[in-house]
Amino acid sequence: MPRSLVTVAAAIGVIITATVAGSQPVPPPLKVGFIYVGPANDGGWTQGHDQARQEMEAALGDRVETTYLESVPTGADADRQIERLVRAGNQLIFTTSFEFMDPTIRVAAQFPNVRFEHATGFKRADNVAIYNARFYEGRYVIGQIAARMSTTGVAGYIASFPIPEVVMGINAFLLGAQSVNPEFSLKVIWLYTWYDPGREADAAKALIDQGADILTQHTDSPAPLRIAEERGVHGFGQAHDMIAFAPNAQYTAIVDHWGSYYTERAQAMLDGTWSSTDIWYGLEEGMVQMAPFTNLPDDVVAMAEETIEAIKSGELHPFHGPIYRQDGTLAIPEGQVIPDADLLAMNWYVQGVDDRLPQ
Amino acid sequence: MGIAESVVATIITASLPLLLAALGELVAERSGVLNLGVEGMMMMGAVAAFGIAFATGNGGLGVLAAVLAGMAMALLFAGVALGLAANQVAAGLALTLLGLGLAGPIGEGWVDRPGVKLPTLDVPVLSDLPFVGPLLFSQDPLFYLAVALTAGVAWFLFRTRPGLILRSVGDNPHSAYALGLPVLRIRLAAVLFGGACAGLAGAYLALVYTPIYNETMTGGRGWIALALVVFATWLPVRLAVGALLFGAASILQLHAQALGVGVPSQLLTAMPYLVTILVLVLISRNRVLLRSHTPASLGQPFVPER
Amino acid sequence: MRIEILKRPQNSPLMAVAAPLLAIGLTLITGAVIFVALGKDPLYGLYVFYVEPLTALWTIEELAVKAVPLILIALGLSLCYRANAWNIGAEGQFTLGAITGAIIPVYFPEWNSWMVLPLMLVMGAAGGLFWASIPAFLRVRFGASEILTSLMLVYVAQHFLDWLLRGPFRNPNGFNYGETRIFQEAARVPILIADTRVRIGLVIALVAVPLIWFLLRRTLAGFAVDVVGQAPRAARFGGFSRNKVIVGTFMASGAFAGLAGILEAAGPLGQLKPVLSPGYGFTAIIVAFVGRLNPVAIVFAGILIALSYLGGEAAQISLRLSEKMARVFQGVLLFYVLACNTLVHNRIRIVRSPRPASAPAAGSAVEVGNGNR
Repeated sequence: MPRSLVTVAAAIGVIITATVAGSQPVPPPLKVGFIYVGPANDGGWTQGHDQARQEMEAALGDRVETTYLESVPTGADADRQIERLVRAGNQLIFTTSFEFMDPTIRVAAQFPNVRFEHATGFKRADNVAIYNARFYEGRYVIGQIAARMSTTGVAGYIASFPIPEVVMGINAFLLGAQSVNPEFSLKVIWLYTWYDPGREADAAKALIDQGADILTQHTDSPAPLRIAEERGVHGFGQAHDMIAFAPNAQYTAIVDHWGSYYTERAQAMLDGTWSSTDIWYGLEEGMVQMAPFTNLPDDVVAMAEETIEAIKSGELHPFHGPIYRQDGTLAIPEGQVIPDADLLAMNWYVQGVDDRLPQ
Repeated sequence: MGIAESVVATIITASLPLLLAALGELVAERSGVLNLGVEGMMMMGAVAAFGIAFATGNGGLGVLAAVLAGMAMALLFAGVALGLAANQVAAGLALTLLGLGLAGPIGEGWVDRPGVKLPTLDVPVLSDLPFVGPLLFSQDPLFYLAVALTAGVAWFLFRTRPGLILRSVGDNPHSAYALGLPVLRIRLAAVLFGGACAGLAGAYLALVYTPIYNETMTGGRGWIALALVVFATWLPVRLAVGALLFGAASILQLHAQALGVGVPSQLLTAMPYLVTILVLVLISRNRVLLRSHTPASLGQPFVPER
Repeated sequence: MRIEILKRPQNSPLMAVAAPLLAIGLTLITGAVIFVALGKDPLYGLYVFYVEPLTALWTIEELAVKAVPLILIALGLSLCYRANAWNIGAEGQFTLGAITGAIIPVYFPEWNSWMVLPLMLVMGAAGGLFWASIPAFLRVRFGASEILTSLMLVYVAQHFLDWLLRGPFRNPNGFNYGETRIFQEAARVPILIADTRVRIGLVIALVAVPLIWFLLRRTLAGFAVDVVGQAPRAARFGGFSRNKVIVGTFMASGAFAGLAGILEAAGPLGQLKPVLSPGYGFTAIIVAFVGRLNPVAIVFAGILIALSYLGGEAAQISLRLSEKMARVFQGVLLFYVLACNTLVHNRIRIVRSPRPASAPAAGSAVEVGNGNR
């Protein structure tokens, strides 16, 4: 290469360097990916996560860029979909359903430099944090409301899978109800699906036909509330405020609020302080919130608000002793509360559930 | 409504989409055409019904759109399976894939929106009867239509000359053709009727069953409808009874659970398929039954001789 | 003016090659139209679906992962369809193969011998074979339609799996979730290429191709399959048993589907879950047709369909389109393949004159003529 050209090239190099150094330093945005188990606008579980994603974008502006994959199948294809987000340059990936636990762990092992956040699971790694919400606190509150409002003294519970997460919800609901009416009873139907409006509606009808005048659910669609609206009974929204589907039937809803957590974790990535954590937040931290109370008399609202405050302050734990198992044996003695580890492995019903837990 | 009425009403609701879809498939199969695309046609019916009713607020227009959507899908099938004499099994499968696939992108924006529900129409006086009143005379318009269609199809197939012709085309298209009957045109009409009925079944799901959009809302009911046609040995009245039995199987397991009775729900859910296989074996074994009911040319492409 | 379709005296070899290509071309055009209808750039859409997955090494590897079950099942189905026996229940045979193959890792999780995996594969194939033999038996013994029975058995198999996962097969440490334990290392299909999900199932599928080809072209059994399928009368005179061929091809296709099932369970999944496949057993029917029942062509057809799955996933990010678009492409492709197959056996002629009054069938838009019957 002739000397003159080398000189020119060097000169250009200097100019470019100078230009870059002189301009405002704009770091590329942090890419954050999301894996959803259902459609982003499912009106329930997944929509809660999608709103949180938007909240994070609003809070952090140009510093983050988000991508999501919705209705991701939970089988062998989940691994590839998570990897797809990695390959697309996402440095922080939220996998927002229990079923993605093993795929997340597998892909995380393959890409140690990418950080993962898995919702509601129990497997962690150096680059996999886990997070969950204490939904059972909200369920205790709606249990109390149910017992106050029910005339039949029977509520119907549409359940998904008999995993500890769901079982503790059923128990918390009934404990709340029994704190108001010790005779209150609960019928349960297991659907073995998180989202199937048709089956959820069928189950809702069956429960109402068998005397339940309050419905609650651990499945994601608003179908049971719509049936409640049609049949003139009442219920509670799941994961999301479902008032649009049941303006006369919904009392309140347990609203999942992941937004602050997502923002916090993305901020940690930006600050370089991210580490693998295991958090379980509830009403106090605002990860579980109650939708506005509707169709309820003032004294019931006051009771519910009082309970919420008591749970927030730590004065009341939904699982405080004495708690008896379905077979009458003592599970939690008077004056004690259940340890988190036992809650997370819960596979027994409290006394009063009119169902045999699938084992 | 008492408990008994209410449970039966739920069973009727669960069986109606099966009955509607199976009724159309029955007519198509009677003409000798096996259309495995019921699930796809039903899905497009549901999509059209939900979308049009949502956009216009008019449930009736939704039903109309569903019928047209089902027929459009059936026409696609007919073009390939009748027009080009292609394999009916494969063409039906293609139709199902297409219908289930299109439901995804088309309906994306409707998932979180409450849909339109068809109103209940009370028949004066009769709806006040005990038990049967609320069950039979205080229903949505599609219920009355399904009852009328069942009776109409039974009457048409066995009491009219065109019905006789349709059955003869299904039993022996070659001799029907030799007698000067337009075999392919008759089959086309039967397939289009099948599409219209599948569309109605979709409309029922979207406008009555759960007016909530969901791209998997047909939930395999198209396949159950196919089983139902065999279960009913291609007879419309048995079809109605079979639909109620299949519907009851899916609803009563929920009641059993709510009562705390442990029944393996999978066994109950699989029962319609197992019973259908049994029925199929029985009628295939008994030649008398076979000749009287099963369309002899079912699934075989027909190519007119020249 | 109307279109007449006339039977060719002999199948056109040119069309046998051109028809699938024409079908693919028409599918791409239709796809472009659909993209426009959905407000997307059609060329970019097709690029995302059919080109982009081929531009990165990792997606090519994933393509292999996705194509293996499709190719294996379609190879087996092609035998059935050649014999004019309609097994459409491969999805159920796939499921049963996964179940029977999983018995060892579920009940003997501590057993870590080299024998474990080969045994599992054999048991998986046997399970699929057994499930397929039911409709075959009902067909030859009672004359029950194999199309309907094999289809019904798909749902029976799925409910059976569901029951097992909530009962006898459930992971004792899985917190009540309906899935089996994760299979031990000896019960996993080994990875073929390090750091990928490509497993030796790929080798098994590729070995099966020449085997099937040899069976069809060089053995009496293969000849019997074709004769029974294409000329049932001649087969009877030639002493070939139609029933034996039906049972044989059903069992073979069931074994292939069962093998695919256990390869999937012990491969990418590593356990049994309530949903094992996104409908591979049904999609493989398309693969068999697109591959015109030819073992080598089925490999390409399998890759093409796998491509549409990956494209569908990628389209979610690049185009913000539902991943269900993959099914649309698969359905459209199958329609065109079926339509174009007509060209192999027939000639199309456009007739200007009105149809003669003497012909009995009045004008549906397209008529099928058949010269030599």
